[in-house]
Amino acid sequence: MSIKAEYQNIFTQVQVQGTPEWGMDDSGQLLEERVGNPWFSKLAGLFGNAQIGPIYLGWTGMVSLLTGAIWFVIVGLNMLAQVGYSFPEFIRQLFWLALEPPSPEYGLRIPPLNDGGWYIIASFFLLVSVMTWLLRSYLLAANHKMGKHVFWAFASAVWLFLVLGLFRPILMGSWSEAVPYGIFPHLDWTTAFSIRYGNLYYNPFHCLSIVFLYGSVLLFCMHGATILAVTRYGGDRELEQIYDRGTATERAALFWRWTMGFNATMEGIHRWAIWFAMLTPITGGIGILLTGTVVDNWFIWAQEHNFAPMYDGAYGYEDYGSYEAFIGKEN
Amino acid sequence: MLPKWFDQWNKSNPTNIFGPAILVGAVGGALFVAILLITWGNPAQTSSMQTGPRGTGMSVPEFDVSRLAPDPTIEAYYTEEPYVPEGDEPLARDIYENVQVLGDLTEDNFNRLMLAMTQWVSPEQGCAYCHGNVDIEEYGQDNVYTKVVSRRMIQMTQNLNEGWDAHVNAVAEVGVNCYTCHRGQNVPSDIWFNVTPVNERVDGWAAVQNRATSMSQSTSLPSSALEVYLTDYDSQVNVHDLDSRVAGVPGLTEGVHTIQKTEMTYSLMNYFSNSLGVNCLFCHNSRAFYDPGQYTPQWGIAQLGRQMVIEMNQEYLIPLRDTYPENRLGPIYGDAPKAACRTCHKGYQRPLQGMNMTDDWPELVTTDAPVYE
Repeated sequence: MSIKAEYQNIFTQVQVQGTPEWGMDDSGQLLEERVGNPWFSKLAGLFGNAQIGPIYLGWTGMVSLLTGAIWFVIVGLNMLAQVGYSFPEFIRQLFWLALEPPSPEYGLRIPPLNDGGWYIIASFFLLVSVMTWLLRSYLLAANHKMGKHVFWAFASAVWLFLVLGLFRPILMGSWSEAVPYGIFPHLDWTTAFSIRYGNLYYNPFHCLSIVFLYGSVLLFCMHGATILAVTRYGGDRELEQIYDRGTATERAALFWRWTMGFNATMEGIHRWAIWFAMLTPITGGIGILLTGTVVDNWFIWAQEHNFAPMYDGAYGYEDYGSYEAFIGKEN
Repeated sequence: MLPKWFDQWNKSNPTNIFGPAILVGAVGGALFVAILLITWGNPAQTSSMQTGPRGTGMSVPEFDVSRLAPDPTIEAYYTEEPYVPEGDEPLARDIYENVQVLGDLTEDNFNRLMLAMTQWVSPEQGCAYCHGNVDIEEYGQDNVYTKVVSRRMIQMTQNLNEGWDAHVNAVAEVGVNCYTCHRGQNVPSDIWFNVTPVNERVDGWAAVQNRATSMSQSTSLPSSALEVYLTDYDSQVNVHDLDSRVAGVPGLTEGVHTIQKTEMTYSLMNYFSNSLGVNCLFCHNSRAFYDPGQYTPQWGIAQLGRQMVIEMNQEYLIPLRDTYPENRLGPIYGDAPKAACRTCHKGYQRPLQGMNMTDDWPELVTTDAPVYE
């Protein structure tokens, strides 16, 4: 008796290992750009393709990795300096430490190196790194004669990144509004940002961003589950199923139609997925950009626009019970 | 080792025993835990205290184990009823030398208070902790620093009960005495010292935050919150704009506050919460932290408490800096030990869970001559 079917597994069940595949080289020169000796990883194969490498770097990849590494090192060395170059303390406080943006008194002026100057320098390198990586996703897609969907998807995330670190601080007139580079400190920033501007939950674009985020999660799970469930009929060969719909697609579609009266198509589900995922940072970025520039207290704004309810009548504190009763000292 | 027929039978009857074994083990284990929880009770059971109107989710939850456990220092508390004077007894100022604060007490009550203070503050060292190892005739001397400090502390206690009635008697007439902070220790627990700047080679906001310290409650929030908000009369905690749109550059325009200041406020509020064992909802409706229309009554009490602590630190504790020996001063900057919420509250909503500290001690509730009833 086996109560577990073969396809019910969290890991990929098929691994192909053989002679490494180098990819097409129709111009005879593309191979020069591909670096690294390809090899196989059983571990990687559990999650995706078992072949590691080669990688196409190109000038955008080189610039991006180099400037990204410079940003990383500047942040790390600043953290290390803050603990007096003590490695044990650096490791102990790693999640607490940060490279902070300049103090508010400097506005948009150039601050001293030890009060945000390094932050500005590091941010410049990070900007170059992210933008060249974005360009890389465009150029590689063009090389492969692909659509530019990945580029646009990444661009939507870059939009939020630029709003947080560049557009909004400039509109606010102060670099101190930017997000610190640190594990806990950037979370502190997020909480303080919401509290300072009167509760971000009343920002309608924040609401939209949450809808798209949770919607993405839901769609991702529904789609992944549906495809895995029809894998036994070839459902994981999704692209073939788009132009030559087989029994896998039929079953998946009927399952959802009969469950909720409506179903996506093999093509449409991927449009749902990309739009939900892209709209998460797009709407979120709009919400952040409006905060402090157009609206300074979202709760009051929500009251003015009649969607934050107010209580009428007494709060009735006298009826809530005493502290003595709470600690069990009242008879 | 095993009989041959057994091995042969197993070989010809292959059976998956792992599936059923895991199933039986999981169901059996779950059943075992369920029975334990039902018969012995849930060890992590919580109860909630409602702090706002229904539907707002405003409540303070606490684990039952800590909620129902009495504060252990309550049992160790020493108290003694006063001797009501007939009216013609000689007073302490006439009997003893150099009685500057408690001169209006009769001899019996004076000695009663001296004895109690010994129990509250120096139960091990006894009288000698303040008076030194001298004959009783020489107790009037002021040459031990602890005596000078304790005189000032008596004045502080009287001031708290007299001038800050609205905080220390806000919920019920309980007041404070030496034991509220000291709890049988020479130096009260949960005092604090300056620690900022905490980071090297940086200036501005980067220097005072992003380190796990006792003053940041082990968060990466600023470690300077108590220093800024609990020693300065002019400090303003609020950070919100009271209109939906207020033009200005944060930190550069007057009244337009920064995210950094908000983090420091958050650090202070976090300290308040930990000191009282409560959450934000004890005082605020968290959907609009700033809105006076949605504060709970506790907000006003806490607000007064902050002013009270500022006065305590400014008028009483900080000026004693030069009176203390070095080992009583701050480890980093040599500053005087200071008080704040937790020095009295010790993690409870009400210090000593609301025990009355002044009924027996009319001497400590007024700067004038005590009134006995």
